[in-house]
Amino acid sequence: MLTSRLIPCLDIRGGRVVKGVKFQNLRDAGDPVTQAARYEAEGADELVVLDVSATLEERMAALDVVAALRTRLRIPLTVGGGVRSTDDARTLLEAGADKVAVNSAAVDRPELLRELSTDFGRQCTVIAVDAARAPEGGWSVMVRGGRVRTERRAISWIREAEGLGAGEVLLTSWDRDGTRSGYDLELLAEASQAVRLPVIASGGASSPEHMAQALSVGASAVLAASIFHDNDMTCGQVKDALRESGIEVRT
Amino acid sequence: MKTVTLLKTGLANLASVQAAFDRLGARTELAETADDVSRAERLVVPGVGAFEAAMSVLKEADLASALRDRVDKGRPTLGICLGLQLLGLASEESPGVTGLGCVPEEVRGFSPEVISPQMGWNRVVPATDSKLLEAGYAYFANSYRFETIPERWTGATSEYGGTLVAALERGAVLGCQFHPELSGAYGERLMSRWLSLEVTPC
Repeated sequence: MLTSRLIPCLDIRGGRVVKGVKFQNLRDAGDPVTQAARYEAEGADELVVLDVSATLEERMAALDVVAALRTRLRIPLTVGGGVRSTDDARTLLEAGADKVAVNSAAVDRPELLRELSTDFGRQCTVIAVDAARAPEGGWSVMVRGGRVRTERRAISWIREAEGLGAGEVLLTSWDRDGTRSGYDLELLAEASQAVRLPVIASGGASSPEHMAQALSVGASAVLAASIFHDNDMTCGQVKDALRESGIEVRT
Repeated sequence: MKTVTLLKTGLANLASVQAAFDRLGARTELAETADDVSRAERLVVPGVGAFEAAMSVLKEADLASALRDRVDKGRPTLGICLGLQLLGLASEESPGVTGLGCVPEEVRGFSPEVISPQMGWNRVVPATDSKLLEAGYAYFANSYRFETIPERWTGATSEYGGTLVAALERGAVLGCQFHPELSGAYGERLMSRWLSLEVTPC
């Protein structure tokens, strides 16, 4: 059977790993290639790199990071952050990304998803959604790195993205991101029901229990950052714990 | 130094495949013409994208017969993902489009009860007469697949909404539904074994 995936995430800026809470207060968390190589050696199934660069110089440095990661990594690499066109995506793919994640640009212009899946294939096209609980219930789609709330509803947006050609959903709970209080399980359950695509749980994980919960409500993969950056646990330790709770993971 | 020739079937991303061969100490070059396909000591057909788009590239550039010929002769050829599916008769992904026909099977989508694409690491179980494949986990990213290993081929299977072909093997031809270049140590060992196969002239 297909195993559940454990995906460490590196937020990078200007060639360095950074980590913040609710997308704010970024702090330096190390060298991306060193960390990624360690994650792979410890059993990470895949790696997500989100480029949170604010300037052109930082973005060029991020491209060098993707190339350096590709040279080293023998596992899949998804790259997102600032992708606004098929040209942007091609640049990342040529540098060595296997999948490209789009977020704000697809909200602004949903047709981008169709263009990406036509040019590079569905399995290459990841829709990244930052979902924040709305006062009226459900979740709103946040854009611009979580700073701007849109009129879009997260679940219907994910469904629309599937129709346009997205092949995977990277679903981050804006409310839980960086809080270490566990994933938003209701969000994951509703999203997994709404589409036939694999859903990657993101935002809030600080323990294997959180990850097991996300997988039990329908997520295909669990993404985490701070639990690994802060050396709380290694990928191997997390996988051992998941296996003990009856979840099939790659050995 | 061993040379591997990559056949670009469209907008497929080649960086990961190139990086994987770099790590194995092989040199990579790109095939442009049917002659390149015929002459290549070792040919890789990486496949990302749609069946129809890739087949039309092969047909327009007159690469299809050169590719079919080397597969039928069992010369060192590695098809990856769509690069394996193109060897079939046709695909449910692109009705009415003819494949290379080296593998007498049609490619079909997954049964509706499973998440599609299949995305992640699945267990690969080799057939007893496979020479190249070993048991282990490999990384898949596919919405379509062959269901059975046809006669005159061997290979490996995996389970996902029923049995699917994880890989096909015949002579020095290896077609992987998974991505060996993204399959960690498992994939690296497989690519290394394929690289060490004897090269045969065209």
